[in-house]
Amino acid sequence: MDLKDLYRDVIVDHNRHPRNFGKLDPADAHAEGNNPLCGDRLTVYVALDGDRIRETKFEGSGCAISVASASMLTEAVKGKSKAEVRALFDDIHALLTEHEANIDPARLGKLAALSGVREFPARVKCASLCWHTLNAALERAAEPVTTE
Amino acid sequence: MSALSPDAAPVAAPALDVAAIRRDFPILHQQINGKPLVYLDSAASSQRPRAVIDTISRYYEHDHANIHRGVHTLSQRATDAYEGARDTVRRFINARDTKEIVFVRGTTEAINLVAQSYARPSLTAGDEILISALEHHANIVPWQLVCEQTGATLKVIPITTAGEVDFGAFERLIGPRTKLLALAHVSNALGTVVPVQRFIAVAKAHGVPVLLDGAQAIAHDAVDVQALDCDFYCFSSHKMLGPTGVGVLYGRQRLLEAMPPWQGGGDMILTVSFEKTTFNQLPWKFEAGTPHIAGVIGLGAAIDYLQQIGMQAIAAYEQELLLYATAQLSRIPGLRLIGTAAHKAAVISFALEGIHPHDIGTILDTEGVAIRTGHHCAMPVMDFFQVPATARASMAFYNTFEDVDRLVAALQHTRAVLG
Repeated sequence: MDLKDLYRDVIVDHNRHPRNFGKLDPADAHAEGNNPLCGDRLTVYVALDGDRIRETKFEGSGCAISVASASMLTEAVKGKSKAEVRALFDDIHALLTEHEANIDPARLGKLAALSGVREFPARVKCASLCWHTLNAALERAAEPVTTE
Repeated sequence: MSALSPDAAPVAAPALDVAAIRRDFPILHQQINGKPLVYLDSAASSQRPRAVIDTISRYYEHDHANIHRGVHTLSQRATDAYEGARDTVRRFINARDTKEIVFVRGTTEAINLVAQSYARPSLTAGDEILISALEHHANIVPWQLVCEQTGATLKVIPITTAGEVDFGAFERLIGPRTKLLALAHVSNALGTVVPVQRFIAVAKAHGVPVLLDGAQAIAHDAVDVQALDCDFYCFSSHKMLGPTGVGVLYGRQRLLEAMPPWQGGGDMILTVSFEKTTFNQLPWKFEAGTPHIAGVIGLGAAIDYLQQIGMQAIAAYEQELLLYATAQLSRIPGLRLIGTAAHKAAVISFALEGIHPHDIGTILDTEGVAIRTGHHCAMPVMDFFQVPATARASMAFYNTFEDVDRLVAALQHTRAVLG
């Protein structure tokens, strides 16, 4: 278990300087994610252009893994269609939980930095919270989501 | 330095032989992630000495049978050991009679028993239950349930920015409607030692019975329920070197006798017919079904071990650890202590500026240092201090000053990793 696998430079950077941080107003949809046991809480906002995500922002507070994951998410999904976001969600889920995950790193870009999280099972819920929250926003779910 | 005893005379406590004590705890001697374990999570659950582990093994290997039933030798041995442990508990907290010692699953069940069997039948709309803002969820939720069931109201005594229960506010809140005061003896999230005797004196003047949640107090100083003059005192075995799944409800005999049983079944009855059942005497009236016999016997062994070391010696040494740890941690830039009461148990909650407690917990673990991070089942306390969670290092008498140094070094490492 190497700490550097979890807190890679790109993750430390996104935690210290989260991208697309703040409220998106007006937004077409938003949803809340809340992991009360850890104290991770965030809101993901999306603005849509037809079926495509035109812009997305997030706000909230949480651990380095949850903040960095959300920050990288906002960069990764911009311009993607809902179907493309779903495919990316499946890739991320596999990356976080499956040791034998067969995913093309090129497709993930920066998000590949999250692969170290699977060595720390207690932290998978931190990395995945923003992704479930984005899904909830796209499905216009009324209830806050949690990954605990 | 006896923080918990209301009338403890200053007795010079003998110094502890911590190296010898540590040899009694097998679990402490291992590597975690390639580093020697530093266990600083005793407020969540303490570790067990060899004497407790051996007592439980010996019981299962030689003496086990069901209790209060058979005439055969094993049943007699098991019954004697189980009831012997009850007397050990009685002496440990200086209760008058073993009738006042009820074995339950833990502090949580003890509080629920009082809520359902004492408060629920006697409260009506307009009555009030008084708790404080630093309670563990186990001393909040059972009362909320009773309030829903009876129409009574839950009133909360605020805390100060130091994390102390506001005594002036308490004096204003207690009144003719107050039917019960339920207070933590020591706060699990902050370490505050509540000066409960002051609160009890006022409650008694109002004729209000008092329940104390002693989960965090019982292993860290002498507790005398007669000197405290409380009506109920609740604690868990696993926080005082004993097995999990066992706890104790101390209740004043007069109150316990008037309370209906809260669970029905075997052992809690004298006679059963379909027309009428007569209940057993105290304390068995509250112990339906086969109890955790081995757990209770293990708890007895844990108390023997604690008493052999001496509660005053334990309290004095843990206060030294607390003093040292507070001073060392305070020197870390950006570290904020959460909970700075004048009297504390050896529990330190803190936040590091710009670093979430969860990251601290993970990084410390890779350094072999075990602490608790999160809301500590005290979400109202987190809200009060406006933090989502804290990191909490909690110490016991088997910890050393070197453990504190390892914690400080690991926190400096955390800062380096997260920049």
